[in-house]
Amino acid sequence: MTDISYDFTGRTALVTGSGSGIGRATALALGAVGANVAVADISATAGAETVELIRAAGGTAEFFPVDVADFASVEAMVAAVVARFGGLDIAHNNAGVEGEHVPLGDIRTDDWKRVIDIDLNAVYYCIKAEVAVMAERGGGSIINTSSVSGLIAGYNLGAYTAAKHGVIGLTKSAAIDHAKDGIRVNAICPGLIDTPFIHELPQIALDRIMLGTPMSRLGQPGEIAKGVLWLASSGSSYVTGTALSIDGGTVALSAGTNFNDLDL
Amino acid sequence: MNVSYDFSGRTAFITGAGSGIGRASAIAFGAAGADVAVSDIAEPGGLETVELIRAAGGTAEFFQLDVADAAAIRRTVSAIVERFGRLDIAHNNAGVLPPPARFGDIAEADWRRVLDVNLDGVYHCVQAELGVMVPAGRGAIVNTASAAGLFVGYQQSAYTVSKHALIGLTRQAAVDHAKDGIRVNAICPGAVDTPFVPGPPPPKAIFDRLMLGVPAKRMASADEIAAAVLWLASDAASYVNGVALPVDAGLTILSAGSDFSDLDL
Repeated sequence: MTDISYDFTGRTALVTGSGSGIGRATALALGAVGANVAVADISATAGAETVELIRAAGGTAEFFPVDVADFASVEAMVAAVVARFGGLDIAHNNAGVEGEHVPLGDIRTDDWKRVIDIDLNAVYYCIKAEVAVMAERGGGSIINTSSVSGLIAGYNLGAYTAAKHGVIGLTKSAAIDHAKDGIRVNAICPGLIDTPFIHELPQIALDRIMLGTPMSRLGQPGEIAKGVLWLASSGSSYVTGTALSIDGGTVALSAGTNFNDLDL
Repeated sequence: MNVSYDFSGRTAFITGAGSGIGRASAIAFGAAGADVAVSDIAEPGGLETVELIRAAGGTAEFFQLDVADAAAIRRTVSAIVERFGRLDIAHNNAGVLPPPARFGDIAEADWRRVLDVNLDGVYHCVQAELGVMVPAGRGAIVNTASAAGLFVGYQQSAYTVSKHALIGLTRQAAVDHAKDGIRVNAICPGAVDTPFVPGPPPPKAIFDRLMLGVPAKRMASADEIAAAVLWLASDAASYVNGVALPVDAGLTILSAGSDFSDLDL
């Protein structure tokens, strides 16, 4: 499908967690439209693979190792990106983890802290480092990966849900405080995305997930990347502080009203 | 702009396209190659939009329409399909703004008129559009809601009510017709520099107060709102359905009373 095209030539885009999934899809999409792509991930192997994919398609990319839960590491990453590409225009703060799938009261304290560190504190560290260099250049666009779990709650996802709700609050605050610096800050809220993890679920669980998805299919990582590119582009010049659902209708639906599969 | 579209071979229907956001949207679709069905209750404004699209090399036709008239909507959609052979995109945008009134003072005639145009009008448009899009197995509908669909301003009368309800309508249509291959979304413009509010521009004190609620301290151009409509209508938004997208520079997320920047503290 090609009814939209972008030209990000001369712009530098940083994508955290771009060794796989949504981050990789975004990095590839940004590379394909001419951006200099800073591929950041905790895994050097996965990140290097994304870099190779971008270069093989004729794009410009470089790997930057990062542990987003460590502010010093985030600062070093942003400094290295600026040193390599001369500045920073677009940042997709995407790295995240899901945590244990257990009821809230059973979440281990250290797992709670790990999820909040990686999914929430890290986004703050990234924004803090990014706005500093973007403001110098007169502006930029930041896109944080939240989730439908930033808007609604699913069972047994307590720490993730809290962190992703927090990312939306963080997005709004950053958008307001840095509007005058010419920086736009938005969040995307992906629904259930087609990743290897999903395919490990039994069919009956997948069917149940689809009960809550009006479009009756999983999203592709590339469809989320498309939301990120638009929010990074001048097409969204008056859009800031939003949490954009890319979820096939999931958050609009009260799933218990879906009787399609019942023999009534 | 670092984003561009190619809607060649697709037909886009825009209501309220004789001015403001609707005109900007119609012109943008025309520039991106769509066949544009320009509709408005006012013929002069609509014809002017058609001329602007044609002058830029695009294809457009005017369809006079009062969206408060359900039968006229059905006739218009049929006429569009007859003229262009298809309907792929609809931007239900026509709306009216009632005179300011505290809730208890809203005149019933104002209430009826606003709901008739801003809510019932979109209901009839979406139904007529689905009548063409569902058999085709695809379509993208974008409704113009408003920041007033998400929060409330003083004395906005039935406008706020109509736009909140329009978001409900959008979500309901999205959920019920997702399996038909139709996506239905809304945009929620904030302060836009258009002639929607009749009369002379507001005095500076009022403008400054309005901007107290806008972190970027500027109004949107109509083109910036149209830019969001095009994206939601495009295949780039293929997994986006049932959303109410603010295009408001932060208006609806700001607790404006927290802005002390103009105070001498």
